[in-house]
Amino acid sequence: MTQNTHSAGGRAAVQVRGLVKHFGDVKAVDGVDLDVREGTVMGVLGPNGAGKTTLVRCLSTLLVPDAGTAVVAGYDVVRQPRALRRTIGLTGQYASVDEKLSGRENLYMIGRLLDLSRKDARARADELLERFSLTEAAKRAAGKYSGGMRRRLDLAASMIGKPAVLYLDEPTTGLDPRTRNEVWDEVNQLVRDGATVLLTTQYMEEAEQLADELTVVDRGQVIAEGRVDELKAKVGGRTLQIRPAVRGELDRMVGAIAQAGLDGIAGATADHEDGVVNVPIVSDEQLTAVVNVLGERGFALAGINTHLPSLDEVFLAITGQKTSETDAPAEPADARYEEVAA
Amino acid sequence: MSAATITAPVAKPGAAEGRIGLRANLRHIGALVRRNALQIKHDPESMFDVLLMPIIFILLFVYVFGGAIAGKGNQQDYVQYLVPGMMAMMGMNIAMAVGTGVNEDFRKGVMDRFRTMPIARSSVLIAKIVVEIGRMLVATAILLGMGFLLGLEIKGSVLEFVGAIVLSTVFGAALMWIFILLGLTVKTPQAVQGMAMLVLMPLQFGSSIFAPTSSMPGWLEGFTKVNPLSNLADAARNLLGGHGPLAHPTLITLVWAIGITAVTMPLAVRKFRSKT
Repeated sequence: MTQNTHSAGGRAAVQVRGLVKHFGDVKAVDGVDLDVREGTVMGVLGPNGAGKTTLVRCLSTLLVPDAGTAVVAGYDVVRQPRALRRTIGLTGQYASVDEKLSGRENLYMIGRLLDLSRKDARARADELLERFSLTEAAKRAAGKYSGGMRRRLDLAASMIGKPAVLYLDEPTTGLDPRTRNEVWDEVNQLVRDGATVLLTTQYMEEAEQLADELTVVDRGQVIAEGRVDELKAKVGGRTLQIRPAVRGELDRMVGAIAQAGLDGIAGATADHEDGVVNVPIVSDEQLTAVVNVLGERGFALAGINTHLPSLDEVFLAITGQKTSETDAPAEPADARYEEVAA
Repeated sequence: MSAATITAPVAKPGAAEGRIGLRANLRHIGALVRRNALQIKHDPESMFDVLLMPIIFILLFVYVFGGAIAGKGNQQDYVQYLVPGMMAMMGMNIAMAVGTGVNEDFRKGVMDRFRTMPIARSSVLIAKIVVEIGRMLVATAILLGMGFLLGLEIKGSVLEFVGAIVLSTVFGAALMWIFILLGLTVKTPQAVQGMAMLVLMPLQFGSSIFAPTSSMPGWLEGFTKVNPLSNLADAARNLLGGHGPLAHPTLITLVWAIGITAVTMPLAVRKFRSKT
């Protein structure tokens, strides 16, 4: 729908300024600024209760913000909600399809609600079922789908109207790694097709896989933003995790690494609980060097792996604090019932 | 990226507000009616209340209480008395289902989908009501069929017969707004049912549905006179029976139906719009 402006390049498909949404005393979204350029994926990274879902619900007209402005695909979310709804798609944490209807019936219904003719609605439903590998399951009730299939059906449902902006609210939460990869593939495909995506996630790995830019939020506020590689550099790339064959050698290993004075390696730490040494690294050369040092000093190693910084580590690096997740949640457990409870 | 560097996005001309036209609205309602009908098709058990309740209730009341009320061996007279009253009751019990349905929709994220789509939000509710009225008519047909098997006779004209069905349907549809409001207000479908029972029981039994009110104590008889179910039952009874006063009970029933709708419909629609 906004292809005509693609040539402009870098135009904001989503522009949020000072957005505020409070639930009573809970400041779910507390002054958020956000820009998503057309045709890119913006990852909103934050722990549970950081306000990610509330933000998405404000941007998809499900909630009316208390203050601030948000313009999506050229429409103001408060003043032009009807027009906006024609240009957005939302896939939430909760499968938003009718569980009693089959996959095809769901997609057909949504097509009709989007004013497609009967014929077009049928054709579009079949096309998307095919595209999301759901043709075989097309006649089964959506409630009987596996988690991954349901999420794919949800994505398909969001794509029927060819939205200019797609919101994915924690699209892989609760999925096993294999189905998570399936969903990632689909999202990457959508982006190749030119969709603008706003994605919320709790996982650095997911953000790295899918997003061009990241906004890190905590307690309803933006605490960092930038390109994924910029943020990663800030956080320190990967963590090398080394498990010694003899558990008692943890501290001696940390000493040895420090003593070796390797370029760019600082801050190896022993994790006595898990019996591993953690070394932040930024390159494969550093990995090799660390392992070499330990080999030369005669340490017996039982296991080596590297992992991306977890959300906790990202937060630690950016703010010097742990995530707020373990504190009071900044968002009601089920924000959708907020008004009923009130 | 600072705000100053961004060209303000401009909406496409003509699409500024995008009100929904009547035809589109009807098409949306149609698609949603189809949805509710498909739900029934996929979950036939959800029709049990419609199919079985009239049968079980009529058998229960005619054979367990019928003899006691109308005298042993006079069950057939009691059928004549009971069936029109049950038409009133049926609408109420079926209307209850709309509340649990609305509540369930909100619990499953599907309502989020509808609310982020360019459709009038009321179309979701209207579609529900259309389907429930259909269910109500099926239940009424079964009830009347059972009645005929047990000896029910229609003594009024065809017009009066149709009038009785229309009146009970109109009242049932009005009640649906109460249950929609309830479904939007309480947290679980179970709670909807629990609260609904609390209201239904006294209204149903403190009425002329099952027994003439003349044997009731004065205060209760007074209650039954204003109870819309009593009036609906009396109106339906006199319409099917072809005699007895019509204007008064019909008027009271309609006043109730209009009053209930006028109060609860705007509340329900407002609740529906603002619900998060």
